[in-house]
Parts: sequence; C-alpha cells; structure tokens
Amino acid sequence: MNQIIKIEIDGQVCMGQKGQYLVDVARENGIYIPTLCNIIGMKPRGACRLCTVRVNGKLMTSCTTPISNGMQVETKSEELDNLRNGIIELMFAEGNHFCPACEKSGNCELQALAYRFRISVPRFPFQFPQRDIEAGHPLLIKDHNRCILCKRCIRAIKDESGKSIFAFTKRGPKVGISIDTTLSAKMDKTLAQKAVEICPVGAILPRAQAFRSPIGTRKYDKTPIGEEESSKKDPVAL
Amino acid sequence: MTKKITIEPVTRVEGHGKVTVHLDEKGNVTQSRLHIVEFRGFERFIQGRPFWEAPVLVQRLCGICPVSHHLAASKAMDAIVGVTPETISPTAEKMRRLMHYGQIFQSHALHFFHLASPDLLFGIDAEPARRNVIALAMENKELASQGILMRQFGQEVIEATAGKKIHGTGAIPGGINKALDPQDKDRFLNGADPLNAAKMVDWAEDALNFFLDYHKKNKEFIDNFAAFPSNHLSIVRKDGALDLYHGVLRAVDTAGNKILHDIDYNTYLDFIGEEVKSWSYMKFPFLKNKGKKEGWYRVGPLARLNTADFIPSPRAQKAFEAYKAYTNGKPNNMSMHMHWARLIETLHAAEMIETLLQDPEILEGELIREGKRQSEGIGLLEAPRGTLFHHYQVDDNDLISMANLIVSTTNNNEPMNQAVHLVAKEYLEGQKEITEAMLNAVEVAIRAYDPCLSCATHAMGKMPLKVTLLDASDKMLDEKLKN
Repeated sequence: MNQIIKIEIDGQVCMGQKGQYLVDVARENGIYIPTLCNIIGMKPRGACRLCTVRVNGKLMTSCTTPISNGMQVETKSEELDNLRNGIIELMFAEGNHFCPACEKSGNCELQALAYRFRISVPRFPFQFPQRDIEAGHPLLIKDHNRCILCKRCIRAIKDESGKSIFAFTKRGPKVGISIDTTLSAKMDKTLAQKAVEICPVGAILPRAQAFRSPIGTRKYDKTPIGEEESSKKDPVAL
Repeated sequence: MTKKITIEPVTRVEGHGKVTVHLDEKGNVTQSRLHIVEFRGFERFIQGRPFWEAPVLVQRLCGICPVSHHLAASKAMDAIVGVTPETISPTAEKMRRLMHYGQIFQSHALHFFHLASPDLLFGIDAEPARRNVIALAMENKELASQGILMRQFGQEVIEATAGKKIHGTGAIPGGINKALDPQDKDRFLNGADPLNAAKMVDWAEDALNFFLDYHKKNKEFIDNFAAFPSNHLSIVRKDGALDLYHGVLRAVDTAGNKILHDIDYNTYLDFIGEEVKSWSYMKFPFLKNKGKKEGWYRVGPLARLNTADFIPSPRAQKAFEAYKAYTNGKPNNMSMHMHWARLIETLHAAEMIETLLQDPEILEGELIREGKRQSEGIGLLEAPRGTLFHHYQVDDNDLISMANLIVSTTNNNEPMNQAVHLVAKEYLEGQKEITEAMLNAVEVAIRAYDPCLSCATHAMGKMPLKVTLLDASDKMLDEKLKN
C-alpha cells in the first residue's frame, strides 16, 4: 500500500505518495514550478536548476527532492523569481538564440519561460559564441547555437540496446551535445520525431519541415507555459 | 571658393542616408550624391543556415514590407524543393497573392498618406513642424483617418494570411501553411464600414482623385519637378499585364522601346550587373546590354506602369488608360508621377484583394507540394518599391551557401542620384545660404521613390538626412541635420 505524505506548498496543504519528487507533487496539486531539464516519468538530473524552491528554509531543486512529511515549501518569492530569471537570462546570453527565425518559436519552452517571467533583455552580456550546425544526419539537424545542454535528448533518445543516441562532446566552455552517427544510423522517423519533441528549444530540428504550424496554433501562442498545470485541478482536499 | 552641402538625415523615408552637394566657385553644382551609410549584411549571415529559415529570417530586413522578402525568398525556396510557379498549388499561390496585395495596399497607403502627402498639402516650403501626418490629421481629418484605416485593412489581410501583421510565417518552401479562414473572408468582404474590401476600393479611388485634383492645380510642379529620362524595368505577366507577384522581366527605354524582352527571371544574371562605388553601401545595378553608363533603370510604380500593357482589374485599368493618355502612350519620366502610378496600383491592389477573397480555392485545397530537389533557387516579385531579386544556393546538407539580394531601392539608386542632382541644380545653385525649404526639395525628390534604405543596404533604423555645403577645398561652409 502506498504511503501518503502530507506537505505544505506556499501555504497550501498538498498530498503525495512516498518516493514522489516535489516537482511532481506540486504539479499534481495544481501548483506550477518552472522546469526545463525535467522529463515527466524519467529519473531527474537537476541540470538546469530552474525548479529551485525553498524547502524548510533551504534552496533545493524540486525535481530531485523526494517529499517527506511536514515539508514546508516556498515556490514563489521575489528572491526565487530573481534566481530563476537569472538562470533563463544566462541561457539566452550564453547561446545564440535568435527567436525571430527559429522554427521552434511558439513551441519553445525557453522562449515561453522568458515570456512568462517578462524577460526582455538579459542582465548579462551576450557571448555570441562561434557554433556550428551538424547537418549531416538524414533525418535531423543539430543546431549548437540553441542547445542549452539540458541532457533531455541524452536521457530519452536511445537505440534498441538502450544506448544514448546523443552524447556530450568536447569539454569546458566548448562542450556540446552531438548526434552519435553510428548509433543513429538506424534511427527511424518516429524516434527522430521524439528527439525533436523532447528538445525544449530549437536545437534538434527535423529536416525541411519547418513553420508548418501557423501562428496562433502553436503550443504557447494562446496558453502561457505553466497555465495548464496551474488550472489542471483543484488542490487535493483534506 | 567651392562649397559642399550635406543633408543628413533624409527624413520621412525608411532607413538612413545623407546627401552631399558640391558647388564650384561660381556656385554651380558640380557633383551631388545620395550616400547610404549603413550596412547590415544579410547576404552573409544567412549563409550556413538551413534553407527553410530564409523566408522567415530574411524578411527581418524590413518592417514596412517584410512580406516582399518573405515571398521572394519563399519563391526561391520553392525552386529548391522542386516546386515551380506552374506547379505550386492554387490555394498556396492565391494565399500568397492575397498576402502580397494586402502588403502593397498598406505600404502604398503608408507612403502616400503618412510620408508624401504633407509635402503636397502643405508645400515644400511649409513649416517643418507641419509637414507630418499629425498636422495632416489636424487639418484634414478625413483624409488622414482614411490613410490610417486603409493601412489597417492591408495589415489585417497580412495577419489573416501570414499569422502576424509584421514578420509572419505563412509562406513556406513549396506552399503555404494554411488556407484562409472563412471567418476572415467574411469579415473582409462583408465587415462593417469602413473595414471591408468594397470600401477600400472606393477609398483607393478617392485617394487617386485627390491626387488628380492636386495635379490639376499644380501641373507645373508635378510634371517638371525632378523629371528626367530613363530606362524602366519590372516584372510583367506573360501577356503583358501588370502582375506584382509573378511574371517575366521586361525593360523599356525612355522612348518605350523594349530593351529587355520578357526574359525568364531565372536568367537575370545574364542581363543585370551590379556596380560598386566607394561612397555608398548601396550597389548600382545596370542592364548589361546597355552598359554601366547607359544601362541604369528605374523600378517601382512609375516603371511598372511604363512596362505593363494593361492592368487586369477594371477600375485600375480605367485609371491606367487616363494615365497613359497623359503621355500619349509613351513612358512617363516624371518623378512626381510616381505618386499617381502608386495610387493606381493601390486601387488595383484593393480590387485584387476583393477578387481573391471571392475565390473558393483560397479557402481549401492542397497547401504544400514537393518535386525534385534543386541546389539553386531564384525568386523575384514586384515589391511596393519595385523589383525584388532573391537568389540562393543550397548545399547537399540543406544549408545556404550563397545569397544575393537585389532590393527594390537598390535598383533605384542611380535614378535617385539623378533626381537629387536635378533638384540640387534647380534649388541650390548660386545660393549663398541654404534654407530648410531647399533641403526639403531634395528630400521630396528622394521621397517620391519611397526608398527603403534599410532594405537596400540591409541597414537598420529610420532614414535621417544630412546636407553639407563645402567649398572647393572641401571646407564645410554650412550643414543642416534632420532627424
């Protein structure tokens, strides 16, 4: 039998099951905590730090923190907003994110978060790194200009034997995520499409399929990111 | 002592430019130039990007007529995916045409009402504070509000076809990403006055009549100001009709003789060259068969009505016949008649919008087609300001390896320089002091071409103008700066 755990998030009493992560319990209780690297149903990595909240007074990533009885959680405050905005702004400053010509625009989680947090200009200077595009794969293009190194593709896109088709290359400031040409040789269209969808930004693109969704029909055109979670259901009643 | 006059910035045009005029010891104009002093470089930084990004990326050249770049790049990318103007689906072509005519309508309305009409209504020598659309609205509320609402209608047509009023994504390689929403069709055809197509046709005709009335009263100025002979170039439909979206390239000389015989625009490089001059970021295109000196040409409304044989919409055709009769069927070389031609095109665009809205194929049908992949694509169309050339090469990995853009205003580079020279001679020669009105006369000549210097140089910002008066030793005597 599952053990029910009771916690308090932003003053609201919420219930979850033992072993659940805080970010999932919050979502199931209709409370939105922004994420980028997290994939529902997969083991968390805590790579982006965007889901940072205060747990019993300490800053912790909610995607890697299992709930425990009596936990006091704060997800919204000026301090937390400032930290999250800083993380988002760093990503924009560190890469080459040119939204106007990006086919992921309107479906991009990073762009949607910037809109949600009303970020117009990063506080950090743009780095304008010199990055290239891997365009040799028959189904996919990997645009390193837009990659935020969240590892979602590495964790979710695997071949039949369970090996990751995407992998880190180089080190330090030059680190990138590339397609393994050997492992991806047998990649079918379904897995390629999954790779496109798992990428939160426009770093993994299908070949010659861009801009097929008219403006107004894209994921975040009418519903800001997080709104679905917030309006999903009433908080669990005691 | 010789002098050099600099006008910087040129106002009420798109982009940033300056004019210099050199005077000799007797005060005669020895040299005048329109300098384009900014550079953007889209041709370079599109290289290495996936080809399907081009229609969305390159349109960022401009905020006034991005649809032109969006569609010209899309036509070029159609070729890359193996789709030709003959094989594109009817729904895709009609949606693109509707988008394009919406843009022609709003851009022409913007130019005439917001940028040019203050010069006509208040005069070249009016108080600078009055020569703007705000003063126009205060003194002629009906005309100003018509201009603003006409622009709004055109922008809403663009939004319904491209998804956004500015920088949409409707056209994609091989077609379009949606058909017209029946609710939009109904709104544009049967919406409450004034925002419906029939009213826009009427208002476009009213604007034309306003100009014709002005012309009657100011014949001397409209017919003679900055008038000079030139060649004229544009796309025309294969049967010689005015067609702003697709056709063959035709050029006529000042007497009306064809000097470019309805060529397939895919061969444009065989016929058109581009000269570079050290004092401007804008190139100087010319017809190769006429050479650099004699081969320059005008593009835009004036040129289009000189190359076309007829206009395929009834009310614009009637206006076209009167326009042609004024020059006995010969090419019209009067710069200020550009406004007349532009307003005839505005009427034509409104008529085309009304016709396309009634076409059932615009509401449903195949959106995208594919053919045999090509490595090179060329797309031309008639932008509001004239013929627009987009030319790309794409490598085996789908990345753009070469881009060449000849933008409408670039084609009009030499004609604008000619116009500046003529007006400078007339207004500045022998003058000891430069007045604001003299400078504005130079600007009025440039403004007639509705130049978009941002596009032409791939430069950004509004178009300010600076005039400097220099002596023979290049010592500055006087300078006026306009923002």
